[in-house]
Amino acid sequence: MIQINNISKSFSGREVLKNISFTFEAGKTNMIIGESGSGKTTLLKCMVGLNEIDSGEVLFDGRDFYTLDFKGKKEIRKEIGMLFQGGALFDSKTVEENVVFPISMFTDLSVSEKRDRANFCLQRVNLDNANNLYPSELSGGMKKRVAIARAIAVQPKYLFCDEPNSGLDPKTSIVIDNLIKEITDEYKITTVVITHDMNSVIEIGDNIIFIYKGEKWWEGNKLEILKTENKEVHDFVYATKFMRELRNKF
Amino acid sequence: MINSVKLFFNFGRYFILIRRAFAKPEKVSIYIDRIFEEIYILGVGSLGIVAIISVFMGAVITLQSAFNFESPLIPYYAIGVAVRDSMILEFSPAIVSLILAGKVGSSIASEIGTMRVTEQIDALEIMGINSAGYLIFPKIIASVLFNPILIVFSMFLGIAGGYFFGALAGVVSPHQYVYGITYDFRPFNVFYALIKSGVFAFIIASVPAYHGYFTKGGALEVGRSSTKGVVYSSVLILAFDLILTQLLLA
Ligand SMILES: Nc1ncnc2c1ncn2[C@@H]1O[C@H](COP(=O)(O)OP(=O)(O)OP(=O)(O)O)[C@@H](O)[C@H]1O
Ligand SMILES: [Mg+2]
Repeated sequence: MIQINNISKSFSGREVLKNISFTFEAGKTNMIIGESGSGKTTLLKCMVGLNEIDSGEVLFDGRDFYTLDFKGKKEIRKEIGMLFQGGALFDSKTVEENVVFPISMFTDLSVSEKRDRANFCLQRVNLDNANNLYPSELSGGMKKRVAIARAIAVQPKYLFCDEPNSGLDPKTSIVIDNLIKEITDEYKITTVVITHDMNSVIEIGDNIIFIYKGEKWWEGNKLEILKTENKEVHDFVYATKFMRELRNKF
Repeated sequence: MINSVKLFFNFGRYFILIRRAFAKPEKVSIYIDRIFEEIYILGVGSLGIVAIISVFMGAVITLQSAFNFESPLIPYYAIGVAVRDSMILEFSPAIVSLILAGKVGSSIASEIGTMRVTEQIDALEIMGINSAGYLIFPKIIASVLFNPILIVFSMFLGIAGGYFFGALAGVVSPHQYVYGITYDFRPFNVFYALIKSGVFAFIIASVPAYHGYFTKGGALEVGRSSTKGVVYSSVLILAFDLILTQLLLA
């Protein structure tokens, strides 16, 4: 469980996050949604200390991240798996080396055990036969999947995904969504997923928060979001013709 | 005023970064592998260029000395003395280090800078890895260990270059040249050169790494960091050349 209390953040005087509080439950997929530029990525980075917050607190199962020293923060970070919006694969390493890397850093498995674990993760994201390619030789969607495999390689307690299925085809998107859901249930991970994609929200969104211009505008679950009266959320959910027609049908 | 504040800011940030780079490694075996990797890339990869410029420099010093010493009072073997002392005292340690600052420094700054702007450094941090230690420490150690070897290599090739081109151009006979290079030879000078090259090696690795590490922005800024890294490390090498010469030879 991750609790954030009254987080605010500004970049050179411009307020990007305004007093946001929320509880991200363990074993649930918690989704952050909102328009482009509303502050979703910034919120995620504030939660893990990649952006320093101006005020507020972040509690990882009660441990107040920002009061910890360098070493204490490192201990929490070892329990975090993160998928960056741009993938952030190590471009001097092959696909397999990318996934093996966190495993070799923090476990004492043998070479073949490490490779087995990496291959297991790569298969879960439907990526076979790409082990020896370099990131520059992958398509956008393949990069994303490698990044997910790397994020789950050391069985994190907290999983952060910044737009896991942007750039993926609908079929692979669903595979990734279900994978995230599955490992969240299986290992009782606290999962936080940023998305633009209403399909994912309806597919796997247990808890949802809607960020609007840096504020927490709405929270609820996937059933509630379809019936919300909140104008901004409603406009977001029913932005596509498909969703509007679906609503009219039911 | 603003500039001196900036200077202090950079000094402080540099020392904090270097201290973090020397923090206890997460896993010693991985760091040792990294050091060998860097020795190969930074050190062995520079053998070619060091060889070429050293041979030419030795040859040029031989021909120039021969041209300047056209007086019956100066013996021919003085050419050998001149080549030996210029190579050992100044050319190999300082000029070769300047060349390496250009070659190695720009590659270090752009490698680390690219990792910064593509969030690869953030990815390391999120895994609970000390990115400064993982990226910068092996580069510094590799340079400080291997650059002195490159410098000794350069001394030999420079003196050998003088021998061959001197004989080829007929300005000094091999016999006289060899007499010259052994005449009043002081081993301390080599020791002095090695101390200098160790200090320069530290600058060559750490200053560009600093500029790369704090890159903000995109590809353009990576280029800028790389230029800054080379310029600042070159200026520092010259400054320390002066200081160390005064301290060690006075
Ligand atoms: N490092 C930074 N420096 C200055 N401003 C920033 C920085 N990072 C983000 N911002 C600003 O913060 C705001 C929110 O950005 P953020 O990346 O969090 O948006 P987002 O909700 O993730 O958008 P998207 O869905 O497009 O990824 C933007 O206006 C952006 O310009
Ligand atoms: Mg974003």
